[in-house]
Amino acid sequence: MKLNRRAFIGTGVAAAAALQAPMVWSQGRARVVVIGGGAGGATVARYLAKDSQGQIDVTLVEPTRHYYTCFFSNLYIGGFRDIASIGHSYGTLAAEYGINVVHDWAVGVDRDAKTVTLAGGAVLPYDRLVLSPGIDFVDGSVPGWDVSVQHKMPHAYKAGSQSELLKAQIEAMPQGGRFAMVAPPNPFRCPPGPYERISMVAHLLTQVNPTAKILLVDPKEQFSKQALFEEGWQKHYGGMIERIGPDFGGDKVEVRADTMEVVIDGTAEKVDVCNVIPGQKAGRICEIAGVTDGNWAPVTGFTMQSRIDPTVYVLGDATAQGDMPKSGYSANSQAKVAAMAIRGELLGSSVFPAKFSNTCWSLIAPEDGVKVGAAYEPTEEKIASVSSFISQTGEDAALRKQTYEESLGWYAGITSDMFG
Amino acid sequence: MISKMAIAIFLVATSAMGTGVRAELLGDAARGEALFRECSSCHQVGAEATNRVGPHLNDIFGRKAGSVEGFRYSKGLARMGADGLVWSFDTLDAYVENPKALVSDTRMSYRGMKDEADRADLLAYLRGFSASPANIPESQPTARASEVELSPETLAIVGDKAYGEYLSSECLTCHQRSGANEGIPGIVGWPIEDFVIAMHAYKRQIRPHPVMQMMAGRLSDEEIAALAAYFEGLE
Repeated sequence: MKLNRRAFIGTGVAAAAALQAPMVWSQGRARVVVIGGGAGGATVARYLAKDSQGQIDVTLVEPTRHYYTCFFSNLYIGGFRDIASIGHSYGTLAAEYGINVVHDWAVGVDRDAKTVTLAGGAVLPYDRLVLSPGIDFVDGSVPGWDVSVQHKMPHAYKAGSQSELLKAQIEAMPQGGRFAMVAPPNPFRCPPGPYERISMVAHLLTQVNPTAKILLVDPKEQFSKQALFEEGWQKHYGGMIERIGPDFGGDKVEVRADTMEVVIDGTAEKVDVCNVIPGQKAGRICEIAGVTDGNWAPVTGFTMQSRIDPTVYVLGDATAQGDMPKSGYSANSQAKVAAMAIRGELLGSSVFPAKFSNTCWSLIAPEDGVKVGAAYEPTEEKIASVSSFISQTGEDAALRKQTYEESLGWYAGITSDMFG
Repeated sequence: MISKMAIAIFLVATSAMGTGVRAELLGDAARGEALFRECSSCHQVGAEATNRVGPHLNDIFGRKAGSVEGFRYSKGLARMGADGLVWSFDTLDAYVENPKALVSDTRMSYRGMKDEADRADLLAYLRGFSASPANIPESQPTARASEVELSPETLAIVGDKAYGEYLSSECLTCHQRSGANEGIPGIVGWPIEDFVIAMHAYKRQIRPHPVMQMMAGRLSDEEIAALAAYFEGLE
């Protein structure tokens, strides 16, 4: 069914950018600094380096020397991957793509001088800046929790040692013990993530601690793939998982790390492991750079340019990204649009209409995988969803197995796309 | 080199993103709020919404018809729900235009909103009271896809290399550049004809697979041809 609005809408930001002549660089090469080496940052750095015929000098600032993907870290917790298999080196980006990989923290951005200051003291000049720092946690989001107690109540919502810690804690639970998760409020990275984690923890517990219980405390009424997860939990882990939603105090929660208690609407529950996933905001460098409005960095979907400063691009979880979920797939998709737009601005190369997509795969139990996805396009107001799909309840085992295997192919693909 | 780049810039500038329609939000939600006054004598939305003469309309997008707990629906509407009617932009548009057209014995005694643009704005307003796709990716869309046709000059100048390469970036996250075949088939080096036939089968939804149907559905014939040429040329 068509709307009666066939007026051709005039030029957008991308076309305006293309109207400028390619810039002349006094130093010879245009310089792009990328802050954050995850699904957004590593992808944009690689595509800029790969497609600019050496005309763009790309610096990638990433504190970790070895990157553990948050996506698939739940599969590590469940015992389906080892930690090394979700870790990736930046060596190929440095050696084969000529990217200047700097392992340091960006602690300052001067948008007037167009410089980035690093914790180690170096100052990096840029012509264009890309911020892709992921998320940070909102102070006080879960009363009683802060970084000083993340070793007692891990978030494991930035992967690596926190993932290993959480898994070790689960494995050390007493028989018949209780695992609790405090799920985050909207919006947060990876909408199905906490629920895939519940599934993976349940799977692990059925192997090593079958009488253990799982308490899921959730401030939200609904969550992504809810019917699929609930069907799967009933089928594979019947009786192990209890969810307390906002109707029963799931949105009135505090924690006591010293006594390992979760207090739900005034009632204290003693637990053995507590995974607190706090409310989230853009990685702090976005606030420092002055490109946030509230908790997130607003961008124009046509190019991923910051709405506050067009020489700054923001990708991934840190953005106010319209209808796209905060996911690795989304960040990788946005990175390609940004790379194309940046090359268009700096080199005058062709800029085509932006298209975005996302697919999230979740593993519920061995060989029982589900997915959800959508296509998106930019409008003046936001990046908007135009179509979506989702796995169905009652699908046969063969399809669920194939869906899982597809996710393995995606993981291999996206990590090659990011790291070369 | 320079003349080719100049032409590319010229073409991009003059054709902007090509001719055709860009993606648009389903309607103007701000205008829709005023239009909702026609409905608000029976229906509520928002934080304090309850069932009144009509059920509350929070979370209606994606909801099975006749499914709000505690509301007494007409037999016809309840049957529609059981038959599988799900509220979406299209089904709500038909219902708001003329409720009886969808459900003969509906208890919604409303003569209908005749203007198509008004309905779109009203539904855009209502959409804001259902889950955001940012939080629930499977929830109903909020915009109509663009229908861009690149001008022939653009396609000819860019050839298959630059355009196919740009389009391919979306494919290469899953279909690896190396041609690897794990869980997702490799497509590097495929004969052009096989590639085009497969993509058209996805586009026409003859081949099942929701991700590929979505990807192929957004590509024009020329774009599929550009991709086919690009992937055939890869080693």
